Amino acid sequence: MPFNTFKEYMSRQDVLAFAVLALLLLVVFPLSLDILRLNQVGKFLSFAFVAVGLVLCWGYGGILSLGQGVFYGLGGYAMAMYLKLEASSPENTSIQSTPGIPDFMDWNRITELPWFWVPFNSLTVALIAIVVVPAVFAYLIGFAMFKRRVSGVYFAIITQSIAAIMTILIIGQQGLTGGVNGITDLRTLKGWEINTDFASYVFYFVCVAMLFVCLFIAQFIRMSKVGKILIAMRGQEDRVRFSGYDIANFKIFVFCVGAAFAGIGGAMFTLQEGFMSPSFVGIVPSIEMVIFCAVGGRLSLPGAVYGALLVNIAKTTFGEAFPQLWLFAMGLIFIGVVLALPNGVAGVYNTFFARPVDALMARVLGRDKTRNTLTVPEQGVTS
Amino acid sequence: MSPTNTDFILAVEGLTVSFDGFKAVNDLNFYVDKNEIRVVIGPNGAGKTTVLDLICGRTQATSGSIKFKNRELTRMSEPNIVKAGVGRKFQNPSVYTDLTVFENLEISYPSGRSVFGCLAFKRSPEVIARIEEVAERIFLSDQLYTQADLLSHGQKQWLEIGMLLIQKPELLMLDEPVAGMSVAERRQTAVLLREIAKEHTMIVIEHDMQFVAEIAHKVTVLHQGRILAEGSPDKVKHDPKVIEVYLGH
Repeated sequence: MPFNTFKEYMSRQDVLAFAVLALLLLVVFPLSLDILRLNQVGKFLSFAFVAVGLVLCWGYGGILSLGQGVFYGLGGYAMAMYLKLEASSPENTSIQSTPGIPDFMDWNRITELPWFWVPFNSLTVALIAIVVVPAVFAYLIGFAMFKRRVSGVYFAIITQSIAAIMTILIIGQQGLTGGVNGITDLRTLKGWEINTDFASYVFYFVCVAMLFVCLFIAQFIRMSKVGKILIAMRGQEDRVRFSGYDIANFKIFVFCVGAAFAGIGGAMFTLQEGFMSPSFVGIVPSIEMVIFCAVGGRLSLPGAVYGALLVNIAKTTFGEAFPQLWLFAMGLIFIGVVLALPNGVAGVYNTFFARPVDALMARVLGRDKTRNTLTVPEQGVTS
Repeated sequence: MSPTNTDFILAVEGLTVSFDGFKAVNDLNFYVDKNEIRVVIGPNGAGKTTVLDLICGRTQATSGSIKFKNRELTRMSEPNIVKAGVGRKFQNPSVYTDLTVFENLEISYPSGRSVFGCLAFKRSPEVIARIEEVAERIFLSDQLYTQADLLSHGQKQWLEIGMLLIQKPELLMLDEPVAGMSVAERRQTAVLLREIAKEHTMIVIEHDMQFVAEIAHKVTVLHQGRILAEGSPDKVKHDPKVIEVYLGH
């Protein structure tokens, strides 16, 4: 382990923040919400994976990606493809002209399972693909962009175009992808019904557990030297380069980690909602994901989770009442956060509550003797 | 052209770079001895910073050769030039303002420079000892846990020098290291640089002639991308050409 003490990995404030979040997600929500609402929270949490990845990429690395929906979609589709194949057994699909292939393929007069679907007959392959496919795709994009020193706005525009291309591709290739409807009608996982209340509970807790795995990994990266290099890079790229580091590799690395997290999030969505569709891949959902991160505070890992929850709760309450106005409202939220709260909800906590809480903890637990914990910059950061 | 091997630590031969036809550095030749402090002076636009950019790989040479310990640098990537032993300080102090002095030095410590090396990098006792040692040399022992943003301009300059020292480069290139420093700080810096020169070779760009006289073993005067004069500080100071274009009457 690269840390001498536990405190080098997590400061007292971090432990507190993680503990409060765990309490909320593992105890408060399951006890106070009925399964329908809990399932909804689980869906929101699947977006939190993307937001946590964006804290590393955007908050720490300064890489603004407007195409995270692509990775979310890749993970979600990988899961959905496995479940769809399981639901399309020859017995279930005996009325089709070609039994044993997904129904939408049959409607599109496809008579043989396409080659890239074949590996998804295996759950193991599907589970690996959820993480590896987004990460490899991110590696290719990252390698092509960062080695050529493309960054900032140019990178954001390119990722946004990729999100657009991906949607067009999925919708256009209806026979291979299920088109605009996505992959629906998913029923069982290894013979186990996934649409029951019990399954919803199980998936909710799996989702929370996976989210915490990602949070702990992200915390590791944040507190390791990689986290410091990322902070250093944001303002003084040349200084880091002339200290002997290959900047591009660090950017590629966090971009891949962010993509892998997003892929897991997408898979969690598929499991909990029972479908995956291109409406989570394109430009609008990708920008929404950046807003989750901005609202939560782009330098705070737990903040990203709260951001995803808050914006999605607003979206379901306000957006269901005035669906046409939601996009405008979201735009306003984004502008408001950027102008008034550059560090989001976490920034508000750090400014007003962190000190008193620290003082309280010092009184209860004794003084924190860590002499050198990483100072999380409070100033606004440019992308 | 085939540059030959030499005993010099740095041999620059026929170095030319042109930006859209404008030759910022034009057929430059100069040689630096081991443990020498070489100061480069010259009017604005003479190509001083460009020469440092060329040596550290920030700018690609149009033609010519830069040999560091007889290794050709012109085709190497920036991180590899650093690993070969060339350190560079920028004109404006480039420190990581969001990190503490300790962390600034820690990042500059020359181990674990790959992504996975960084993930596994541990703040070992050797690392801490080395950081404290360097901090003492650059007069920042009491500021180790201060955020670098809060340092004075002069202290930032020292910190960046420290960030180079911790890498133990054989060749240090400093671009205006005393800019923005008080008289007392300048004096301290001169002592520091002379101390450093016992173990390292240095190329320094500087305008302050008094400071130049204090530290330089040899001075190179650049003008319009070419060498106008070279020699001891005293000799250069009295060179009529140098007085004409740079020092004034």
